[in-house]
Amino acid sequence: MTIASEILRRTPLHALHLELGGKMVPFAGYEMPVQYPAGILKEHLHTRDSCGLFDVSHMGQAFLAGDTAQLERITPADVAGLKEGMQRYGLLLTEAGTIKDDFMFSRLAGEADLYLVVNADTKEGDFAYIAESLKGAATLTTKPDRALLALQGPLAEEVLERHSPGISQLTFMKVVRATIAGAPAIVSRTGYTGEDGFEISLEGGDVERVARQLLNESEVLPIGLGARDSLRLEAGLCLYGHDIDETRNPAEGNLMWSVGKRRKEAKDFPGAAKTLGGTPAILRVGIRPEGRAPAREGTEITDKQGRVIGKITSGGFGPSLNAPVAMGYVESQFAVDGTAVDLLVRGKAMPAVIAPMPFVPHRYRRPQK
Amino acid sequence: MSEVRYTDQHEWIRLDGEEATVGITKYAAESLGDVVFVELPASGKTVAAGGEAAVVESVKAASDIYAPVGGMVTGANSVLEKEPSKVNEDPEGAGWFFKMKLSDKAEFAKLMDATAYGKFVESL
Repeated sequence: MTIASEILRRTPLHALHLELGGKMVPFAGYEMPVQYPAGILKEHLHTRDSCGLFDVSHMGQAFLAGDTAQLERITPADVAGLKEGMQRYGLLLTEAGTIKDDFMFSRLAGEADLYLVVNADTKEGDFAYIAESLKGAATLTTKPDRALLALQGPLAEEVLERHSPGISQLTFMKVVRATIAGAPAIVSRTGYTGEDGFEISLEGGDVERVARQLLNESEVLPIGLGARDSLRLEAGLCLYGHDIDETRNPAEGNLMWSVGKRRKEAKDFPGAAKTLGGTPAILRVGIRPEGRAPAREGTEITDKQGRVIGKITSGGFGPSLNAPVAMGYVESQFAVDGTAVDLLVRGKAMPAVIAPMPFVPHRYRRPQK
Repeated sequence: MSEVRYTDQHEWIRLDGEEATVGITKYAAESLGDVVFVELPASGKTVAAGGEAAVVESVKAASDIYAPVGGMVTGANSVLEKEPSKVNEDPEGAGWFFKMKLSDKAEFAKLMDATAYGKFVESL
C-alpha cells in the first residue's frame, strides 16, 4: 500500500467515485478510479456488452480562436479542410517531427473557433506549445472548469437518446452542441474503446448531475481507468507516453492515416522529409503471445534466433479475447502479420506472432451509404 | 491438525504434518484485482524462504509470490491454469498455489499467526 505523497488533483466527480466504491489511484496528477467494486474484467466486458460511463475530466479541453488553420504549423492533420460538425484525430508534432501528443479537434457548426481535447498527462505542455507556436495567428483559451464523460458500448445510443432526444442522429466522428439531461454539452460520437459511443463535454457544475442520471439507467455501469486501458489496447488504440512519444514520428507509429492527403503532397509539416521518406526502420505493430501469459510494456521482442528486434510498449490481458495482447515496435522487416517472434518474459523466450490490429473489431456507427 | 501462518508479503502457508500448502491472502487477492494468469513452480523445485516461487498476473500487473519458508515444491494447483479467477474467488482455499515439504520447521514457527497478520494488515 503506498501513501500518496504528491498533491493530487480531483475531477468534479471525485465524491461520486468514492460513493460508488471507486479504488482511487494517482494518474496524470489526478486521483482517479482505476476500478469500481465490479472489477476491471467485469467493467471491460460490460462496456462491450452494454454501456459504460467513464470520467475523463482529467483530459485537457480548450478553444482555439483566430486563424485556426495555423494549427497546421504543428500537426500534419488536415485542419483547414475539417468540415463543420466534424471531429478529427491528429498528432501534435515537435519541431523535429516527432509526436508530442495525440489529440482531437472539432469544428462545431456555425462556430469559428476549434474545440480541442488533449491528453491529461501532457495538457499543460501541449497548451503552452500550441499557444507559443501560433502566437500572433491564433489564441488558445483553456477550459479547466469543463468536465468530460465518455459513454461507450452498444447500448450507449439508446441510453443517451433518453436524455437527449435526437442525439442518435450523430454518426461516427460527428460533433454537436446538445442538451444532455438539461445540461448544455458538446457531444461527439467517438471514444477510446473501439465500441460505438459518445464523449460528452459539460460545465464542471453540471457533470455530477448528468453522470448520476446516466448511472441511473439499468444498462450503465461506472468504468475505471483499468478497463479503459484494456479496452483501448484490444481496439489497437495508442496510449501516448507508451505507444507513441517524442522518440517516434508518425510513420514509425503507423499513424500515417492521420496525416492529411493535402499535407502529404505539400510536405508542409515538421519532419515531413523524414516521415515521408520511405519505410521507417521500425514500425508499431500488434503482437499476440501464444500462451496465456501476458507480456507487458518493456518486454523485449526477439527473432527466433534470439536477436532483439524490438520492444513491447503496451501489453496486458484482453478480457474480450480471453487472451493476452500487446503493441510494440519491431524492425520493419518483421512488421508483417503472421511473423513468428519470441518475447523475453521473466528471462524465458515465449512464442508470439505479429498480428493485425484492432484485436477486437471496431463497431463505430458509420453513416449509412 | 493443521496450522496456518502468514508472511508480510501476504502469503499464507498451512502445515499439515510434513506437507505445507501455500497461497495468497484475501487482502493480496483484493489488491491484485482480477487474476488472469498464474505461473506455478514445477515439482521438485527448491525454494528458499523469501525466494520467488510463483507469479500471478492481474489485468493490470504481474506480482511475484514468494516462498514463505525454504523447502521443495511437491505439487501445484493445476486448476489455476484454466481458472485463474479461482484465486479471487477463494484465495485461502481452492485458490491455493502450490504444496511443499519444509526443510526447516523453525522457519514456519517464526511466521505471523492469524491474529498478528490481522494486526499487520490493519496497520497498512
